[in-house]
Amino acid sequence: MEGLAAEAYGYLSAGIGAGLAALGAGVGIGQIGRGAVEGISRQPEATADIRATMIIAAALIEGVALFAVVICVLLATA
Amino acid sequence: MADTAAESGEGLDILGHVVDHHELHLGPLHIPLPHLELFGIDMSITGHLLMMWIASLFLIITLAISTKRRGLVPSGFANAIEALAVFIRDDVAVPNLGEKDAPKYMPFLMTVFFFILSCNLLGLIPFGQTPTGNINVTATLAVISFVMMLSGGIKHNGLFGFFRGLIPGGLPVALLPLMIPLELLGLLTKPFALCIRLFANMLAGHVVILSLISLIFIFKELVFVVAPVAIGFALAMYMLEIFVGFLQAYVFTLLTALFIGLSIHQEH
Repeated sequence: MEGLAAEAYGYLSAGIGAGLAALGAGVGIGQIGRGAVEGISRQPEATADIRATMIIAAALIEGVALFAVVICVLLATA
Repeated sequence: MADTAAESGEGLDILGHVVDHHELHLGPLHIPLPHLELFGIDMSITGHLLMMWIASLFLIITLAISTKRRGLVPSGFANAIEALAVFIRDDVAVPNLGEKDAPKYMPFLMTVFFFILSCNLLGLIPFGQTPTGNINVTATLAVISFVMMLSGGIKHNGLFGFFRGLIPGGLPVALLPLMIPLELLGLLTKPFALCIRLFANMLAGHVVILSLISLIFIFKELVFVVAPVAIGFALAMYMLEIFVGFLQAYVFTLLTALFIGLSIHQEH
């Protein structure tokens, strides 16, 4: 196989990067969900607080995953 | 990537739909907007700028009407605005800034919250664009937050005291050359993260919706099978976008309040 064009490398790396970012986000937010559900199961009175904390933590972790997505978009288009 | 999508005739020009243009795009109608240049910097009126003006006008009119004193207990739309405002004050400003300093930063935090919220939601209206999906807009918001952080910290601790307070007390002198760049970098990553988080969340949502809808155009032969599925997914993404719009406005405001509070009360 001959060397790929520079564009192809860009697309390839963007695809791999986006996949890894989704993987990381999925694992991270899954852990948050697990902690939140365990917390609620132990103390149902704190459901509202735990739910709010879970959503904020998920938004922050998703921010990190979207940093990676922005880099992937840069790789794919430039 | 945008070129190949438009040239091959398949799918939508996704990036063309989310970036800024010098024209106002109302569906197939392109209204040209005036070009202005100031000291060599392109300051023309673009679509995103117009959307920000529309958001600001909407906020000014709506908030002015709903805060007119009609009684002690507001009702209807004013009630919703008051609920949001009280939420920002009691759950975002006061826990992070303390009872004493919160009123000083309340106008700024409320402005940031309502402006980002209306900009995010404006992109979901037909023929609307998301100004916060433009990195220049979010970078400006992050820079303004950064200036508020610095000014709050410097006003409270003094110019020298603020930078000295960045370094934790009781540190062996040998670690100073490591800690100073580290702390300065930590100071700079906060607005950078604010900027990228808001920008990427808004951009990603719209790109996914446009990609799903462009599937209909790509699968031209199977359109009766693909269209319901694609529109169903796009509708689900739309609902998520509304939620993410609220959430990202809240997270931006929360983190700004948190960082201003950290700058003011530098107790390590």
